[in-house]
Amino acid sequence: MNQDRRIRVLVAKPGLDGHDRGAKVIARALRDSGMEVIYTGIRQTPEQIVDAALQEDVDTILLSILSGAHGFLFPRIMELLKKKGLGDILVLGGGIIPEDDVPELKKLGISEIFGPGMSSQTLINYIRESLSQV
Amino acid sequence: MELVDEVRKGSVRALAKLITLVENEMPGGIEAMEKIYPLTGNAYIIGITGPPGAGKSTLTDRITKELRRQNHTVGIIAIDPTSPFTGGALLGDRVRMQGVSSDEDVFIRSMATRGSLGGLSRATSDTVKILDAYGKDYIIIETVGVGQDEVDIVRTADVSILVVMPGGGDDIQAIKAGIMEIGDIFVVNKADRDGADRLVTEIKMMLGLSSVEREWTPPIIKTVATEDQGIGTLVEKINEHRDFLIKSGMLACRRKERIRCEIIKMIEHEIYRYLDGLIAENKDFFEQRLEDIVNKKEDPYLLTKKTVETIAKRISKNANV
Repeated sequence: MNQDRRIRVLVAKPGLDGHDRGAKVIARALRDSGMEVIYTGIRQTPEQIVDAALQEDVDTILLSILSGAHGFLFPRIMELLKKKGLGDILVLGGGIIPEDDVPELKKLGISEIFGPGMSSQTLINYIRESLSQV
Repeated sequence: MELVDEVRKGSVRALAKLITLVENEMPGGIEAMEKIYPLTGNAYIIGITGPPGAGKSTLTDRITKELRRQNHTVGIIAIDPTSPFTGGALLGDRVRMQGVSSDEDVFIRSMATRGSLGGLSRATSDTVKILDAYGKDYIIIETVGVGQDEVDIVRTADVSILVVMPGGGDDIQAIKAGIMEIGDIFVVNKADRDGADRLVTEIKMMLGLSSVEREWTPPIIKTVATEDQGIGTLVEKINEHRDFLIKSGMLACRRKERIRCEIIKMIEHEIYRYLDGLIAENKDFFEQRLEDIVNKKEDPYLLTKKTVETIAKRISKNANV
């Protein structure tokens, strides 16, 4: 019986920056590693992202942000996830996020922040390992 | 079954989880569907198909908006292809559905084909049933971008809408068999582009050439989905067609045919699982047979016959337990 739980990932771009090259590169790399990637496009509100995660029953959410508004948007997303009973989803961040902000974001429950220069294989391995522990 | 009860009570989380359970063929999936089946039959199922880039997702978004304006609840199943090489998929239909993605009474689920070739995924019809049992008034299925022969939608939806756009080929394309035969309603989207009227004429001629006596003449509707043009007319035609199906008794016929096809598919899949297991267990044996067949020491027909016999024995053994 085909019981392999295919990993479903939501790649989301919260906020107002319109640059999704990085998000698309990541989406493509995850697709090529055999995952099902749901891409929702740019300028997503926290509500839209959380609703998509809920309906699509994803295992992990990747938030890509370049605008600098992570300090406002990420907490809002985490709060909504908990409110909807989705606190168990693995949430990762990426884009342009200053190192100094990382501890604060991790406190919110974001597992890891991946910045520029990271290889996509690192991310793929991280997702696989994190999900196999669940 | 807890999950089914929660779905009936309106839990979106349970709804999403149940779809995953069934899609992944996890334990409990079939038992859940046994509970779901009696609760189905109330939703109206709209199929939207057409070539890649014709505007299926945008049209789905706009039709949904119109149905919501009329206070109907909507479930959307949006299907995109799975890579035949890696098994991965990029599901991007939600990008065009921003207008309805945060509406509480709209549920959107993206699905990958996972190897199915008919334009849908294997779990599509079960997902339709789950959304139906959940209480959605309308369920819209958006197929993968199709070419000529992916016509499973016609056996899954109550109404099939074929979306085409100007510039998609000459009029010979329109009289080929397959996809052009399945439209209950034709939509010429991107109708603000050159060649839209010509395309309408070509489809009209194609329908006129048909020698089959039709009780329903498929209407051809011009839309510009991004500009919201023609959407009201399209939804009116969907309802008109629905009235026709009900009055003529064809809706019941179509649904009966659908169940017939589903049953056959389910049985096929069950048998296929035996075959899959058999081959997995006897890899070396099959490799050796293959070698012999390639070298003309054996023939493939005997192997087929023997394999079917083995499967039959296994099935009857299981049935007796």
